[in-house]
Amino acid sequence: MKPILTLFQRELRSYFATPVAYVFIVIFLLLSGAFTFYLGRFYERGQADLEPFFQFHPWLYLFLVPAVAMRLWADERKSGTIELLLTLPVTMGQAVLAKFLAAWSFVALALALTFPIWITVNYLGDPDNGVIVTGYLGSLLMAGAYLAIGACLSAATRSQVVAFILSVVVCFLFLLAGFPLVLDLFRAIAPQSLVDAIAGLSFLSHFNGISRGVIDLRDLIYFLLTIGFWLYANAVVIDLKKAD
Amino acid sequence: MIEASALTKRYGRFTAVNAVTFEVRVGQVLGFLGPNGAGKSTTMKMIAGFLSPTAGRAKVCGFDVETHPIEAKKALGYLPEGAPSYGEMTVRSFLEFIAGIRGLTAESKRRRLDDVIGRLRLEGVLEQTIDTLSKGFKRRVGLAQAILHDPPVLILDEPTDGLDPNQKHEVRRLINDMAENKVIVISTHILEEVHAVCNRVVVIAGGTLLADATPGELEARSRYHMAVSLTTDETAKARETLTAIPEVETVEIDPQNQRITAFPRKGQQILMAVGDALRAQGIAVRELQLETGRLDEVFRNITQSHLREAHA
Repeated sequence: MKPILTLFQRELRSYFATPVAYVFIVIFLLLSGAFTFYLGRFYERGQADLEPFFQFHPWLYLFLVPAVAMRLWADERKSGTIELLLTLPVTMGQAVLAKFLAAWSFVALALALTFPIWITVNYLGDPDNGVIVTGYLGSLLMAGAYLAIGACLSAATRSQVVAFILSVVVCFLFLLAGFPLVLDLFRAIAPQSLVDAIAGLSFLSHFNGISRGVIDLRDLIYFLLTIGFWLYANAVVIDLKKAD
Repeated sequence: MIEASALTKRYGRFTAVNAVTFEVRVGQVLGFLGPNGAGKSTTMKMIAGFLSPTAGRAKVCGFDVETHPIEAKKALGYLPEGAPSYGEMTVRSFLEFIAGIRGLTAESKRRRLDDVIGRLRLEGVLEQTIDTLSKGFKRRVGLAQAILHDPPVLILDEPTDGLDPNQKHEVRRLINDMAENKVIVISTHILEEVHAVCNRVVVIAGGTLLADATPGELEARSRYHMAVSLTTDETAKARETLTAIPEVETVEIDPQNQRITAFPRKGQQILMAVGDALRAQGIAVRELQLETGRLDEVFRNITQSHLREAHA
């Protein structure tokens, strides 16, 4: 446990050692605000809830979370510090987990800084705060799933740019899996059970449930399993690729 | 103690390290010598637990690095090639991070930090980020990181690479200071380093271990071993005189500085005979020296004959 904590602290601090963290947080806050008020028509809807805020998170994360994840392992491989890290007395699992948790905490911090919008909606009306809490929970879980994908793909290359693009593409596929665009295509060629399975893999369908205030155990398990799967894959990829 | 037995690493069909076996005990400073790409770093990476061997095994202080990696890594201080470290951290926070990961308690952490900062003269750069440091300081930070937990086993991949002569001297002194009660393995392609710090040499080329000896034994393999070299104004006469000595096999003259070298027949001592002969002929010698052997020549012989065999 102790090594995880030490690694976690180092990682989290390294975000703030450069302007990257501040740039990320500012852009995240600006974009989430712009989406909510202009695209989501927060005022015009005349409803006291945060749906217009949460509904754009899958799209916002699509580009911002891979940007957080891309340096996780690609940078270690490029600078050679991966050799230092993996010859310290820590297990692969501890290293993978500590790095992921640090990145996740960082995204959580950015998400937490959107609190003024929560205050605003409470000032303007009388929202169901329970729904808003589950919305935040769902958003955080989805960010974790994006991050786990990004972390794994970041271990596959030395180049942060390649890691970023790969992550965006894979995350986009997971996002789109629930859309008619993709499902109709599969419906024509695959049995219904496969189509359902593909729809079941979509971030969007699981997130929509939680963000509307419905905590379905299956949605929670889905996100946690996705994170677990990609982190395991992360460890495997590091093991395979660390030599070159 | 380090035990490597039949350590092998293959990448596809390419064999980077081929069944390398050796053992290093406390008090030994083992120099890993070899041309670039010989497999030195790969061998070290396997012992340090970074790469998994394709076959064979490595043990550090009795712990197999594959089956008991954490115990082995705890006993080990490792300086990877190029001394990588986290550039955005300050020297102090980097060393404190390493101390934390190594599980040092508050008391021993302060003591050890003071010790390595003093030994490696890092006082002046503690609050600087590592990215802004010169190459020499970066290397010293890497060394500080490796010895921070006072490990019984040290593996240093090219510890003096990129240092100026003064810094090299200091790092070698540091290694000598620690040598007595540790197991130390260093890799280098600088032959003078072998004399300066090592009491044992392993030569490796093409992934194969070619020699395992003390620096003295290696020098004894040189054809210069026990040869006598001298300079004089009467080069031609001296050459004649030396060639006439029965124990002398051949006499060579270096075309650049006219230095004459007399090589003995196998197992013969020629120093006295050379001295007597020169005196008898009345040849004035400017300077005369008994050669111990030339490591660079031995190194070339060992590694190149291996290459020739590999190509044949």
